[in-house]
Amino acid sequence: MAASESYPDDLLYHPEHDWARIDGDEAVLGVTWYAQDALGELVHYEPPSVGATVAKDNSYGEVESVKAVSDLISPLSGEVLEVNEKVVDAPETVNEDPYGDGWLIRIRLTSPGEQDQLLSLGEYRKVLDEA
Amino acid sequence: MYPADRCGLASPAVQTLRRTPLFEQHVALGARLVPFAGWEMPVQYEGVISEHRAVRTDAGVFDVSHMGELEVEGPTARDLLQSTLSKDVDKLSPGQAQYTLLTNEDGGIVDDLMLYRLDEHRYLIVANASNKDAVFRWLKERELRGSDVRDVSDDYALLAVQGPHAIAKLGLPAAPAFTWDMNELDGVEVMVNRTGYTGEDGVELACMSEDAERLWAAVLARDITPCGLGARDTLRLEVCYPLHGNDIGPQWDAISSGLGWVCALDTEFTGVERLREIKAAGPEQKLVPFAMTDKAIPRQGMSVEGGGEVTSGTMSPMLEVGIGMAYVPAAAASAGTELVIDVRGKPRRAEVKKKPLYRVL
Repeated sequence: MAASESYPDDLLYHPEHDWARIDGDEAVLGVTWYAQDALGELVHYEPPSVGATVAKDNSYGEVESVKAVSDLISPLSGEVLEVNEKVVDAPETVNEDPYGDGWLIRIRLTSPGEQDQLLSLGEYRKVLDEA
Repeated sequence: MYPADRCGLASPAVQTLRRTPLFEQHVALGARLVPFAGWEMPVQYEGVISEHRAVRTDAGVFDVSHMGELEVEGPTARDLLQSTLSKDVDKLSPGQAQYTLLTNEDGGIVDDLMLYRLDEHRYLIVANASNKDAVFRWLKERELRGSDVRDVSDDYALLAVQGPHAIAKLGLPAAPAFTWDMNELDGVEVMVNRTGYTGEDGVELACMSEDAERLWAAVLARDITPCGLGARDTLRLEVCYPLHGNDIGPQWDAISSGLGWVCALDTEFTGVERLREIKAAGPEQKLVPFAMTDKAIPRQGMSVEGGGEVTSGTMSPMLEVGIGMAYVPAAAASAGTELVIDVRGKPRRAEVKKKPLYRVL
Protein backbone atom coordinates (compact mmCIF):
# COMPACT_ATOMS: atom_id res chain seq x y z
CA MET A 1 0.00 0.00 0.00
CA ALA A 2 1.30 3.42 -0.92
CA ALA A 3 1.66 5.84 1.98
CA SER A 4 -0.57 8.92 2.35
CA GLU A 5 0.98 12.27 1.55
CA SER A 6 3.02 13.64 4.42
CA TYR A 7 6.17 15.70 5.13
CA PRO A 8 7.61 15.36 8.65
CA ASP A 9 8.73 18.62 10.27
CA ASP A 10 11.87 17.10 11.85
CA LEU A 11 13.63 16.63 8.50
CA LEU A 12 15.70 18.89 6.27
CA TYR A 13 14.77 18.91 2.60
CA HIS A 14 16.52 19.29 -0.74
CA PRO A 15 14.61 20.86 -3.66
CA GLU A 16 15.12 17.69 -5.74
CA HIS A 17 12.69 15.99 -3.32
CA ASP A 18 15.19 14.32 -1.03
CA TRP A 19 15.28 14.48 2.76
CA ALA A 20 17.95 14.21 5.46
CA ARG A 21 17.52 13.27 9.11
CA ILE A 22 20.59 14.55 10.93
CA ASP A 23 21.85 12.89 14.11
CA GLY A 24 25.16 14.36 15.34
CA ASP A 25 27.77 13.87 12.61
CA GLU A 26 25.62 11.33 10.75
CA ALA A 27 22.57 11.62 8.52
CA VAL A 28 20.01 9.23 7.10
CA LEU A 29 18.84 10.09 3.57
CA GLY A 30 15.75 9.26 1.58
CA VAL A 31 13.24 10.61 -0.93
CA THR A 32 10.05 12.48 -0.13
CA TRP A 33 6.47 11.37 -0.57
CA TYR A 34 6.27 13.62 -3.64
CA ALA A 35 9.24 11.85 -5.27
CA GLN A 36 7.91 8.34 -4.78
CA ASP A 37 4.45 9.40 -5.97
CA ALA A 38 5.86 11.01 -9.12
CA LEU A 39 7.87 7.87 -9.91
CA GLY A 40 5.18 5.31 -9.10
CA GLU A 41 5.81 1.91 -7.58
CA LEU A 42 9.55 1.41 -7.27
CA VAL A 43 10.95 -1.84 -8.66
CA HIS A 44 14.72 -1.26 -8.46
CA TYR A 45 17.18 0.49 -6.15
CA GLU A 46 20.78 0.88 -7.30
CA PRO A 47 22.62 1.94 -4.11
CA PRO A 48 26.18 3.23 -3.68
CA SER A 49 28.80 1.02 -2.04
CA VAL A 50 29.47 1.29 1.67
CA GLY A 51 32.57 3.46 2.03
CA ALA A 52 31.84 5.48 -1.11
CA THR A 53 31.78 9.25 -0.85
CA VAL A 54 28.71 11.21 -1.78
CA ALA A 55 28.72 14.90 -2.65
CA LYS A 56 25.98 17.43 -1.98
CA ASP A 57 23.74 18.00 -5.05
CA ASN A 58 25.24 15.00 -6.86
CA SER A 59 23.78 11.60 -7.66
CA TYR A 60 24.58 8.78 -5.24
CA GLY A 61 22.36 6.12 -6.77
CA GLU A 62 19.22 5.45 -8.78
CA VAL A 63 15.70 4.29 -8.24
CA GLU A 64 13.48 2.94 -10.99
CA SER A 65 9.78 2.36 -11.44
CA VAL A 66 8.33 0.29 -14.26
CA LYS A 67 8.38 3.36 -16.49
CA ALA A 68 11.04 5.71 -15.18
CA VAL A 69 14.56 6.06 -13.84
CA SER A 70 15.57 8.75 -11.38
CA ASP A 71 18.89 9.81 -9.92
CA LEU A 72 19.06 10.08 -6.16
CA ILE A 73 20.47 13.46 -5.22
CA SER A 74 22.42 13.74 -2.01
CA PRO A 75 21.36 16.69 0.12
CA LEU A 76 24.71 16.57 1.98
CA SER A 77 28.30 15.44 1.48
CA GLY A 78 29.64 12.44 3.34
CA GLU A 79 30.83 8.86 3.42
CA VAL A 80 28.38 5.98 3.08
CA LEU A 81 28.17 4.03 6.35
CA GLU A 82 25.18 1.83 5.53
CA VAL A 83 22.84 0.98 2.66
CA ASN A 84 19.26 -0.03 3.42
CA GLU A 85 19.30 -3.61 2.13
CA LYS A 86 15.59 -3.93 2.81
CA VAL A 87 14.97 -1.44 0.00
CA VAL A 88 17.42 -3.27 -2.29
CA ASP A 89 15.36 -6.44 -1.78
CA ALA A 90 11.94 -4.73 -1.72
CA PRO A 91 12.09 -1.30 -3.41
CA GLU A 92 8.35 -0.78 -2.88
CA THR A 93 9.22 -0.18 0.80
CA VAL A 94 9.95 3.41 -0.28
CA ASN A 95 6.36 3.81 -1.51
CA GLU A 96 4.98 2.29 1.67
CA ASP A 97 7.06 4.23 4.19
CA PRO A 98 9.27 6.90 2.56
CA TYR A 99 10.47 8.42 5.85
CA GLY A 100 10.79 5.23 7.93
CA ASP A 101 11.58 1.75 6.59
CA GLY A 102 12.12 3.29 3.15
CA TRP A 103 15.27 5.23 4.05
CA LEU A 104 18.07 4.76 1.49
CA ILE A 105 21.54 5.39 2.98
CA ARG A 106 23.21 6.49 6.20
CA ILE A 107 26.27 8.73 5.86
CA ARG A 108 28.95 10.34 8.03
CA LEU A 109 28.92 14.05 7.27
CA THR A 110 32.15 15.48 5.89
CA SER A 111 30.86 19.09 5.64
CA PRO A 112 28.29 19.47 8.43
CA GLY A 113 27.94 23.18 7.67
CA GLU A 114 26.14 22.30 4.43
CA GLN A 115 22.96 21.62 6.36
CA ASP A 116 22.40 25.37 6.65
CA GLN A 117 21.70 25.37 2.90
CA LEU A 118 18.90 22.81 3.13
CA LEU A 119 15.23 23.65 3.25
CA SER A 120 12.96 23.62 6.26
CA LEU A 121 9.54 22.01 5.87
CA GLY A 122 7.99 25.42 5.20
CA GLU A 123 10.53 26.21 2.50
CA TYR A 124 10.11 22.77 0.90
CA ARG A 125 6.35 23.23 0.79
CA LYS A 126 6.92 26.32 -1.36
CA VAL A 127 8.94 24.14 -3.77
CA LEU A 128 6.05 21.69 -3.88
CA ASP A 129 3.54 24.48 -4.54
CA GLU A 130 5.53 25.41 -7.63
CA ALA A 131 6.07 21.82 -8.83
CA MET B 1 15.54 13.08 -7.36
CA TYR B 2 15.97 14.49 -10.83
CA PRO B 3 13.01 14.63 -13.19
CA ALA B 4 12.13 11.12 -14.21
CA ASP B 5 12.05 11.78 -17.91
CA ARG B 6 14.63 9.38 -19.25
CA CYS B 7 12.04 6.87 -20.34
CA GLY B 8 9.94 9.30 -22.27
CA LEU B 9 6.61 9.17 -20.48
CA ALA B 10 6.96 12.48 -18.70
CA SER B 11 7.53 14.84 -21.62
CA PRO B 12 5.83 18.20 -21.21
CA ALA B 13 2.26 18.52 -22.36
CA VAL B 14 1.59 20.52 -25.47
CA GLN B 15 -1.62 22.36 -26.14
CA THR B 16 -2.66 20.40 -29.17
CA LEU B 17 -3.09 17.04 -27.42
CA ARG B 18 -6.24 15.24 -28.42
CA ARG B 19 -8.61 13.55 -25.99
CA THR B 20 -10.69 10.41 -26.38
CA PRO B 21 -14.46 10.47 -25.69
CA LEU B 22 -13.62 8.97 -22.26
CA PHE B 23 -11.26 11.70 -21.06
CA GLU B 24 -13.61 12.90 -18.29
CA GLN B 25 -14.05 9.33 -17.07
CA HIS B 26 -10.28 8.92 -16.77
CA VAL B 27 -9.98 12.15 -14.80
CA ALA B 28 -12.84 11.10 -12.52
CA LEU B 29 -11.05 7.81 -11.80
CA GLY B 30 -7.90 9.68 -10.79
CA ALA B 31 -5.83 8.55 -13.77
CA ARG B 32 -2.35 9.92 -14.30
CA LEU B 33 -2.50 11.42 -17.79
CA VAL B 34 0.47 11.66 -20.13
CA PRO B 35 1.02 12.74 -23.73
CA PHE B 36 1.17 9.70 -26.02
CA ALA B 37 1.27 9.85 -29.83
CA GLY B 38 -0.41 13.25 -29.77
CA TRP B 39 -3.09 12.19 -27.31
CA GLU B 40 -3.60 12.86 -23.62
CA MET B 41 -3.92 9.30 -22.33
CA PRO B 42 -4.13 7.53 -18.96
CA VAL B 43 -0.80 5.85 -18.17
CA GLN B 44 -2.13 4.41 -14.91
CA TYR B 45 -5.04 4.63 -12.47
CA GLU B 46 -4.04 2.76 -9.28
CA GLY B 47 -0.62 1.56 -10.42
CA VAL B 48 1.02 -0.21 -13.34
CA ILE B 49 1.82 -3.40 -11.44
CA SER B 50 -1.62 -3.95 -9.92
CA GLU B 51 -3.29 -3.22 -13.27
CA HIS B 52 -0.91 -5.62 -15.02
CA ARG B 53 -1.73 -8.37 -12.53
CA ALA B 54 -5.48 -7.71 -12.86
CA VAL B 55 -5.21 -8.50 -16.59
CA ARG B 56 -3.10 -11.63 -15.98
CA THR B 57 -5.39 -13.03 -13.28
CA ASP B 58 -8.84 -11.51 -13.87
CA ALA B 59 -9.87 -8.83 -16.38
CA GLY B 60 -8.88 -5.28 -17.27
CA VAL B 61 -10.14 -2.61 -19.66
CA PHE B 62 -8.05 -0.15 -21.68
CA ASP B 63 -9.32 2.89 -23.54
CA VAL B 64 -7.50 2.59 -26.86
CA SER B 65 -9.70 5.04 -28.73
CA HIS B 66 -6.59 6.93 -29.80
CA MET B 67 -5.91 4.18 -32.33
CA GLY B 68 -6.80 4.97 -35.94
CA GLU B 69 -9.56 3.34 -37.97
CA LEU B 70 -9.60 3.33 -41.76
CA GLU B 71 -12.20 1.79 -44.03
CA VAL B 72 -11.32 0.46 -47.44
CA GLU B 73 -14.33 -0.28 -49.60
CA GLY B 74 -15.13 -1.17 -53.17
CA PRO B 75 -14.81 -3.97 -55.74
CA THR B 76 -11.02 -3.44 -55.93
CA ALA B 77 -10.47 -3.00 -52.16
CA ARG B 78 -9.01 -6.50 -52.05
CA ASP B 79 -6.52 -5.66 -54.83
CA LEU B 80 -5.37 -2.49 -53.07
CA LEU B 81 -4.82 -4.33 -49.78
CA GLN B 82 -3.19 -7.37 -51.36
CA SER B 83 -0.65 -5.17 -53.14
CA THR B 84 0.23 -3.15 -50.01
CA LEU B 85 -0.15 -5.48 -47.00
CA SER B 86 2.16 -8.36 -46.12
CA LYS B 87 -0.32 -11.11 -45.39
CA ASP B 88 -2.50 -12.93 -47.90
CA VAL B 89 -5.75 -10.96 -47.91
CA ASP B 90 -7.48 -13.79 -49.79
CA LYS B 91 -7.18 -15.96 -46.65
CA LEU B 92 -9.48 -13.51 -44.86
CA SER B 93 -13.23 -14.22 -44.96
CA PRO B 94 -15.94 -11.82 -43.76
CA GLY B 95 -16.05 -12.15 -39.96
CA GLN B 96 -12.32 -12.72 -39.67
CA ALA B 97 -9.32 -10.59 -38.67
CA GLN B 98 -5.62 -10.62 -39.58
CA TYR B 99 -2.49 -9.16 -38.01
CA THR B 100 -0.60 -7.69 -40.96
CA LEU B 101 2.09 -5.19 -41.96
CA LEU B 102 2.25 -2.20 -44.25
CA THR B 103 5.75 -2.42 -45.71
CA ASN B 104 7.93 -0.01 -47.68
CA GLU B 105 10.17 -0.81 -50.72
CA ASP B 106 12.93 -2.05 -48.40
CA GLY B 107 10.59 -4.36 -46.53
CA GLY B 108 10.64 -1.94 -43.58
CA ILE B 109 7.50 -1.62 -41.52
CA VAL B 110 5.44 1.55 -42.04
CA ASP B 111 2.94 0.23 -39.51
CA ASP B 112 1.63 -3.00 -38.08
CA LEU B 113 -2.13 -3.28 -38.41
CA MET B 114 -5.20 -5.27 -37.61
CA LEU B 115 -7.29 -5.91 -40.72
CA TYR B 116 -10.94 -6.91 -40.35
CA ARG B 117 -13.03 -8.05 -43.30
CA LEU B 118 -16.45 -6.49 -42.76
CA ASP B 119 -18.12 -7.93 -45.85
CA GLU B 120 -17.31 -8.96 -49.41
CA HIS B 121 -15.91 -5.60 -50.50
CA ARG B 122 -15.38 -3.73 -47.21
CA TYR B 123 -12.43 -3.86 -44.81
CA LEU B 124 -11.57 -2.10 -41.54
CA ILE B 125 -7.97 -1.29 -40.64
CA VAL B 126 -6.94 -0.47 -37.06
CA ALA B 127 -3.63 1.40 -37.12
CA ASN B 128 -1.31 2.77 -34.45
CA ALA B 129 -2.28 6.31 -33.43
CA SER B 130 1.08 7.78 -34.38
CA ASN B 131 1.02 6.15 -37.84
CA LYS B 132 -2.63 6.54 -38.78
CA ASP B 133 -2.09 9.56 -41.01
CA ALA B 134 0.87 7.92 -42.76
CA VAL B 135 -1.10 4.73 -43.39
CA PHE B 136 -4.04 6.74 -44.71
CA ARG B 137 -1.82 8.74 -47.09
CA TRP B 138 0.02 5.59 -48.22
CA LEU B 139 -3.21 3.83 -49.16
CA LYS B 140 -4.88 6.96 -50.54
CA GLU B 141 -1.96 7.54 -52.94
CA ARG B 142 -2.33 3.99 -54.22
CA GLU B 143 -6.13 3.96 -54.43
CA LEU B 144 -7.43 2.05 -57.44
CA ARG B 145 -10.48 2.72 -59.55
CA GLY B 146 -13.15 1.03 -57.46
CA SER B 147 -11.46 1.31 -54.07
CA ASP B 148 -12.21 4.06 -51.58
CA VAL B 149 -10.07 4.71 -48.48
CA ARG B 150 -11.71 6.69 -45.67
CA ASP B 151 -10.38 7.83 -42.29
CA VAL B 152 -13.19 6.99 -39.86
CA SER B 153 -11.10 7.35 -36.69
CA ASP B 154 -13.30 10.04 -35.18
CA ASP B 155 -16.42 7.92 -35.58
CA TYR B 156 -15.27 5.11 -33.30
CA ALA B 157 -14.18 4.46 -29.74
CA LEU B 158 -12.20 1.33 -28.97
CA LEU B 159 -11.96 -0.52 -25.65
CA ALA B 160 -9.71 -3.53 -25.11
CA VAL B 161 -11.09 -5.89 -22.44
CA GLN B 162 -8.44 -8.48 -21.67
CA GLY B 163 -7.80 -11.24 -19.17
CA PRO B 164 -8.79 -14.82 -18.35
CA HIS B 165 -12.19 -13.70 -16.98
CA ALA B 166 -12.87 -11.00 -19.61
CA ILE B 167 -15.24 -13.03 -21.80
CA ALA B 168 -17.20 -14.46 -18.87
CA LYS B 169 -17.55 -11.10 -17.13
CA LEU B 170 -18.80 -9.50 -20.34
CA GLY B 171 -21.23 -12.39 -20.83
CA LEU B 172 -20.03 -13.01 -24.37
CA PRO B 173 -20.22 -16.34 -26.19
CA ALA B 174 -17.05 -18.30 -26.91
CA ALA B 175 -15.51 -17.57 -30.31
CA PRO B 176 -12.21 -18.31 -32.04
CA ALA B 177 -9.34 -15.83 -31.93
CA PHE B 178 -9.06 -13.47 -34.91
CA THR B 179 -12.79 -13.36 -35.57
CA TRP B 180 -15.35 -10.61 -35.02
CA ASP B 181 -19.09 -10.35 -34.62
CA MET B 182 -21.71 -7.75 -33.75
CA ASN B 183 -23.28 -7.88 -30.29
CA GLU B 184 -24.65 -5.52 -27.69
CA LEU B 185 -23.74 -4.68 -24.13
CA ASP B 186 -26.35 -2.91 -21.98
CA GLY B 187 -28.00 -1.69 -25.16
CA VAL B 188 -24.81 -0.42 -26.80
CA GLU B 189 -24.15 -1.91 -30.21
CA VAL B 190 -20.55 -3.16 -30.35
CA MET B 191 -18.25 -4.82 -32.83
CA VAL B 192 -16.64 -7.59 -30.75
CA ASN B 193 -13.16 -8.44 -32.00
CA ARG B 194 -11.35 -11.49 -30.64
CA THR B 195 -8.03 -9.72 -30.74
CA GLY B 196 -5.75 -8.04 -28.25
CA TYR B 197 -2.26 -6.94 -27.25
CA THR B 198 -1.73 -8.66 -23.90
CA GLY B 199 -1.41 -12.37 -24.75
CA GLU B 200 -4.54 -13.03 -22.69
CA ASP B 201 -7.97 -14.15 -23.81
CA GLY B 202 -10.18 -11.16 -24.43
CA VAL B 203 -11.77 -8.80 -26.89
CA GLU B 204 -11.44 -5.38 -28.42
CA LEU B 205 -14.80 -3.62 -28.49
CA ALA B 206 -15.49 -0.96 -31.10
CA CYS B 207 -18.52 1.31 -30.72
CA MET B 208 -19.66 4.64 -32.05
CA SER B 209 -17.90 7.54 -30.29
CA GLU B 210 -21.17 8.87 -28.89
CA ASP B 211 -21.78 5.49 -27.17
CA ALA B 212 -18.31 5.34 -25.60
CA GLU B 213 -19.35 6.55 -22.13
CA ARG B 214 -22.19 4.01 -21.94
CA LEU B 215 -19.92 1.18 -23.07
CA TRP B 216 -17.22 2.18 -20.58
CA ALA B 217 -19.83 2.23 -17.79
CA ALA B 218 -21.17 -1.16 -18.90
CA VAL B 219 -17.68 -2.68 -18.74
CA LEU B 220 -16.80 -1.16 -15.35
CA ALA B 221 -20.17 -2.33 -13.96
CA ARG B 222 -18.94 -5.89 -14.60
CA ASP B 223 -16.10 -5.50 -12.09
CA ILE B 224 -13.39 -5.10 -14.72
CA THR B 225 -10.30 -3.10 -13.67
CA PRO B 226 -9.49 0.10 -15.58
CA CYS B 227 -5.91 -0.14 -16.88
CA GLY B 228 -3.59 2.45 -18.43
CA LEU B 229 -1.02 2.44 -21.17
CA GLY B 230 1.72 1.59 -18.65
CA ALA B 231 0.27 -1.87 -18.04
CA ARG B 232 -0.53 -2.24 -21.74
CA ASP B 233 3.19 -1.84 -22.44
CA THR B 234 4.43 -4.26 -19.76
CA LEU B 235 1.79 -6.84 -20.77
CA ARG B 236 2.71 -6.77 -24.45
CA LEU B 237 6.43 -6.93 -23.69
CA GLU B 238 6.05 -10.01 -21.47
CA VAL B 239 4.53 -11.84 -24.45
CA CYS B 240 6.99 -10.25 -26.93
CA TYR B 241 4.49 -8.37 -29.07
CA PRO B 242 6.50 -5.64 -30.82
CA LEU B 243 5.64 -1.97 -30.40
CA HIS B 244 5.92 0.13 -33.56
CA GLY B 245 8.29 3.01 -32.96
CA ASN B 246 10.26 0.95 -30.42
CA ASP B 247 10.88 -2.56 -31.71
CA ILE B 248 9.74 -2.28 -35.30
CA GLY B 249 9.74 0.56 -37.80
CA PRO B 250 10.55 1.60 -41.37
CA GLN B 251 14.31 1.24 -40.70
CA TRP B 252 14.08 -2.49 -39.89
CA ASP B 253 12.84 -5.07 -42.39
CA ALA B 254 10.09 -7.45 -41.32
CA ILE B 255 12.33 -10.55 -41.45
CA SER B 256 14.96 -9.07 -39.12
CA SER B 257 12.11 -7.93 -36.87
CA GLY B 258 10.96 -11.53 -36.43
CA LEU B 259 7.76 -10.92 -38.37
CA GLY B 260 8.51 -13.21 -41.32
CA TRP B 261 5.47 -15.24 -40.24
CA VAL B 262 3.29 -12.22 -41.07
CA CYS B 263 4.71 -11.99 -44.62
CA ALA B 264 3.12 -14.10 -47.35
CA LEU B 265 6.19 -14.10 -49.60
CA ASP B 266 4.22 -15.94 -52.32
CA THR B 267 2.02 -12.85 -52.78
CA GLU B 268 3.02 -9.55 -54.42
CA PHE B 269 3.17 -6.52 -52.12
CA THR B 270 5.46 -3.53 -51.72
CA GLY B 271 8.91 -4.65 -50.59
CA VAL B 272 8.32 -8.37 -51.13
CA GLU B 273 11.34 -8.77 -53.46
CA ARG B 274 13.66 -7.37 -50.81
CA LEU B 275 12.08 -9.54 -48.11
CA ARG B 276 12.58 -12.65 -50.28
CA GLU B 277 16.27 -11.75 -50.65
CA ILE B 278 16.72 -11.21 -46.90
CA LYS B 279 14.90 -14.45 -46.15
CA ALA B 280 17.13 -16.36 -48.59
CA ALA B 281 20.40 -14.81 -47.37
CA GLY B 282 19.40 -14.77 -43.70
CA PRO B 283 19.11 -11.48 -41.80
CA GLU B 284 22.28 -9.89 -40.43
CA GLN B 285 20.56 -8.93 -37.20
CA LYS B 286 17.52 -10.16 -35.39
CA LEU B 287 15.07 -8.82 -32.84
CA VAL B 288 15.26 -11.11 -29.81
CA PRO B 289 13.60 -11.20 -26.40
CA PHE B 290 15.87 -11.37 -23.37
CA ALA B 291 15.74 -11.47 -19.58
CA MET B 292 18.31 -9.97 -17.24
CA THR B 293 20.42 -12.39 -15.22
CA ASP B 294 21.94 -9.48 -13.28
CA LYS B 295 19.70 -7.25 -11.20
CA ALA B 296 18.96 -4.34 -13.54
CA ILE B 297 16.21 -2.95 -15.76
CA PRO B 298 16.99 -2.60 -19.46
CA ARG B 299 15.66 0.47 -21.26
CA GLN B 300 15.14 1.54 -24.86
CA GLY B 301 18.35 2.80 -26.49
CA MET B 302 20.84 0.95 -24.28
CA SER B 303 23.62 -0.66 -26.28
CA VAL B 304 24.47 -4.35 -26.34
CA GLU B 305 28.16 -5.28 -26.16
CA GLY B 306 29.40 -6.61 -29.50
CA GLY B 307 26.77 -4.67 -31.43
CA GLY B 308 23.10 -4.27 -30.89
CA GLU B 309 20.55 -2.07 -29.22
CA VAL B 310 17.74 -2.49 -26.72
CA THR B 311 14.43 -1.42 -28.28
CA SER B 312 12.13 -2.00 -25.28
CA GLY B 313 12.77 -2.79 -21.66
CA THR B 314 10.99 -2.91 -18.34
CA MET B 315 10.66 -4.80 -15.09
CA SER B 316 8.35 -7.77 -15.68
CA PRO B 317 5.59 -7.64 -13.07
CA MET B 318 5.00 -11.40 -13.41
CA LEU B 319 8.59 -12.65 -13.72
CA GLU B 320 9.99 -9.93 -11.41
CA VAL B 321 13.16 -9.53 -13.47
CA GLY B 322 14.22 -7.01 -16.07
CA ILE B 323 13.07 -8.02 -19.57
CA GLY B 324 13.33 -6.51 -23.00
CA MET B 325 13.85 -6.87 -26.71
CA ALA B 326 16.98 -5.98 -28.66
CA TYR B 327 18.41 -6.17 -32.14
CA VAL B 328 21.56 -8.28 -31.99
CA PRO B 329 23.85 -9.82 -34.65
CA ALA B 330 22.31 -13.02 -36.03
CA ALA B 331 25.14 -15.05 -34.48
CA ALA B 332 24.06 -13.87 -31.01
CA ALA B 333 20.35 -14.40 -31.56
CA SER B 334 19.81 -17.97 -30.40
CA ALA B 335 18.13 -18.66 -27.08
CA GLY B 336 20.61 -19.13 -24.27
CA THR B 337 23.18 -16.67 -25.65
CA GLU B 338 24.55 -14.30 -23.01
CA LEU B 339 24.23 -10.59 -23.75
CA VAL B 340 25.98 -7.77 -21.90
CA ILE B 341 23.94 -4.58 -21.78
CA ASP B 342 25.33 -1.15 -20.97
CA VAL B 343 23.04 0.04 -18.17
CA ARG B 344 24.10 3.69 -17.85
CA GLY B 345 27.78 2.78 -17.91
CA LYS B 346 27.53 -0.48 -15.98
CA PRO B 347 27.82 -3.82 -17.79
CA ARG B 348 24.85 -6.03 -16.85
CA ARG B 349 24.28 -9.59 -18.04
CA ALA B 350 21.19 -10.89 -19.78
CA GLU B 351 20.21 -14.04 -21.66
CA VAL B 352 18.43 -14.39 -24.99
CA LYS B 353 15.13 -16.21 -24.48
CA LYS B 354 12.50 -17.86 -26.61
CA LYS B 355 9.20 -16.07 -27.21
CA PRO B 356 7.13 -15.49 -25.18
CA LEU B 357 9.03 -14.37 -22.09
CA TYR B 358 5.90 -14.99 -20.02
CA ARG B 359 3.73 -17.89 -21.07
CA VAL B 360 0.00 -17.35 -20.61
CA LEU B 361 -1.57 -20.47 -19.12
